Amino acid sequence: MKRLHTRSYLFPIIAIMIGSIVLETSHGAEVSELTAIVNKIGIKGQGHSEARKAMRQLAQLEPDSAVAILTHFDSSNKLAVNWLRAAVDGILEDGVAEAQELPIAALVKFLHDREQDANARRVAYEWIIEVEPQRKSAILEKSLNDPSLEIRREAVAFALGSASNLEETSTEKALEKYRATLVSARDIDQIDSITKSIERLGGTVDLPSHFGFLMNWHLIGPFDNSGKSGFNVAYGPENAIKLQAAEVGKTGSVKWFEHSTEDPYGLVDLNSIMPEKYKGAIVYAYTTFDTDSEREVEIRLGCINGNKVWVNGKLITSNHVYHANTSIDQYIAKAKFRAGTNEILVKVAQNEQEESWAQRWQFQLRICDQYGTAILSKNRKE
Amino acid sequence: MRKLKLITAFVCTILFGSNLYGVDWSDFRGPKGNPVHDGELPLNWNTKNNENVAWKSALPGRGVSSPIVVGDLVVVTASSGSKQQKLYVLGFDLDSGKQRWKRSFWATGRTYTHPTSSNAAPTPISDGEYIYAFYSSNDLVCLDLTGNLMWYRGLAHDYPKAGNDVGMASSPAIAGDVLVVQIENQGDSFASGIDRRTGTELWRVPRDPRANWSSPVAYQDAQGDYTVLLQSPSGLNAVEAKTGNEKWTKDLSCGNISSPLKIGNSIYFGAGGTTKLALNPTDTTPEVVWSANRLTANAASPIVDGDDLYILSGSIIKCADATTGELRWQVRLKGRFWATPILSNGHLYFFNQEGLVQIVKTGERGELVTEFEVGDPVLGTPAASGDALIFRSDNTLWKISQ
Repeated sequence: MKRLHTRSYLFPIIAIMIGSIVLETSHGAEVSELTAIVNKIGIKGQGHSEARKAMRQLAQLEPDSAVAILTHFDSSNKLAVNWLRAAVDGILEDGVAEAQELPIAALVKFLHDREQDANARRVAYEWIIEVEPQRKSAILEKSLNDPSLEIRREAVAFALGSASNLEETSTEKALEKYRATLVSARDIDQIDSITKSIERLGGTVDLPSHFGFLMNWHLIGPFDNSGKSGFNVAYGPENAIKLQAAEVGKTGSVKWFEHSTEDPYGLVDLNSIMPEKYKGAIVYAYTTFDTDSEREVEIRLGCINGNKVWVNGKLITSNHVYHANTSIDQYIAKAKFRAGTNEILVKVAQNEQEESWAQRWQFQLRICDQYGTAILSKNRKE
Repeated sequence: MRKLKLITAFVCTILFGSNLYGVDWSDFRGPKGNPVHDGELPLNWNTKNNENVAWKSALPGRGVSSPIVVGDLVVVTASSGSKQQKLYVLGFDLDSGKQRWKRSFWATGRTYTHPTSSNAAPTPISDGEYIYAFYSSNDLVCLDLTGNLMWYRGLAHDYPKAGNDVGMASSPAIAGDVLVVQIENQGDSFASGIDRRTGTELWRVPRDPRANWSSPVAYQDAQGDYTVLLQSPSGLNAVEAKTGNEKWTKDLSCGNISSPLKIGNSIYFGAGGTTKLALNPTDTTPEVVWSANRLTANAASPIVDGDDLYILSGSIIKCADATTGELRWQVRLKGRFWATPILSNGHLYFFNQEGLVQIVKTGERGELVTEFEVGDPVLGTPAASGDALIFRSDNTLWKISQ
């Protein structure tokens, strides 16, 4: 009897467990199929029709499906990620409106899994602190090196608050905290803010190294760019780098010369370097970068003029845009460095606009990884 | 419960899609493309003690776009993040100011802008059924009125050289079933007609590779066909909304920030100061009625009320005879302006960049009747609904009503 009694208790429990597993599996399968459809979205509206149907079905899922959808984020498809984000936000927003319990524990677990897509983890973070804001400090304390740069930014801001508080009791400890935070900071405004704090407390920061700006260049010019016609002309340096040879320039024979910038942001100001303020002119800048092994890098260029960049002879970015603002990291291009010495060539084209705001002729270039972490050359001069 | 939202979306579509309650203020210059409002808006308010402030709602990011009103829903866009990469479309309840929904996205195009501007610079538009939000990064979002995503396009994802690091600001236009965007810059420069229901491209025509911030304007002819006006520095073009084929062009040197105004059979636009064109029944190139070089608009677009034409020229508001272009009066205002003013009950409402509100009484001569601070920069044109004024400052959405 007792055995039967136990079985009678166990049966519904097992049935519920099996049911849950089956439900969860079919649920997961459903999410997997629907998100796969959304992830097929391509350019120019490709896949919209199927994706819209899938989105309608995703919108009807309960909040506990949110994490399952997040696991299918693939940020290499920037468009699809935005569709899936809308699905997750809609489901969880509806859950809040209907006073349903949101899957916070599952979201926290997902957030802590740094192998998951960074944007998906960011969505999890936003919903966690939306519903349980008291978790924010504990999360941010451990997020200084988070792969999600959005989460990392908040973690850096949080750490800066702690560093500022430390200033009241110990300059040394505050400096230590600022320095540790600087290592994690990737956003320019935060790096600037930390640098000011460190310098205010008597410390120094090597900004060019922190960013990975290239400071030492060989320059040659001017070459002709009258009427912007020289942008697509392959002048001598585009065919071969001969640092000792002369080239035919806009004003006659021109030769390579060395220039080292002392600007903390690696700015090379051609108007102040060249013999005169040329208009309708082009300058080439050349440098080398040594690495131990082959690796993927990002070439990040800030340039208010028309520009092209080659790495080891391969064109990696071309932007025929003049005087439409500039900033650090304005143009980001991926490149592959080989083991040993790599050659970097930059073409900087000035046009002939006369307005006062259209006179700058400059560039700044840094090498870093996908997170903006500086990669320094083995031949970098200190 | 989950289906409740779909039902709500359906009901909203039936109600507002059929214009039972009407689209109150569907784009950055209102449903007529001419920001003249029939209601009686408050002549003063105080953001410090909340006098005549019905509600205010904090926004999760900055923006210089205008709010729009669709039935009892206020929609506004914003952007945030170290590179303005985070995009928001927000829906608020018109009566209470409570946020009904928030949708967040990551920009897929270039996000740099001048510090004055924002990624959230173009004003969203609605056809009463869907909301179309556009950004400087050329991300284009279609939502239903309850925030469900209908489709999402990254136009700079498709055409990677599209963008201007000073910032883009052209707002989309709706021409029947076609959503028209004007993306003019030194890179991939084009105008495109997009199927508003599916988000797919119907047509794309190249445009001059020059910076331009002017917005397209759509109108329907007597046969029911839609035409779109595209103003750029090299001229004013009229194209068929369905195909993008050119109908006519007016090769005049034009402004690149203000947008044309089509009212009745007339077009007012920024060329040679201001130029008025008269559309002709044969739909061929319209004739110039007049040009007035004293009426040079900067950022703000023209307003016409009866025979009165208003042009904000620098910081001077000029009233001219719309039939002749002759100047009637002018009033000097304070500050720099980006927002097009709104006209209601004989008063022009100006918001300058520093957030100073200046109200000018119109009539035989203009008179500045009041001025007061909002306390926050305002760059977007206000919207209106009934007797309420809705505007967005840098980080806040406001409803002003008595």
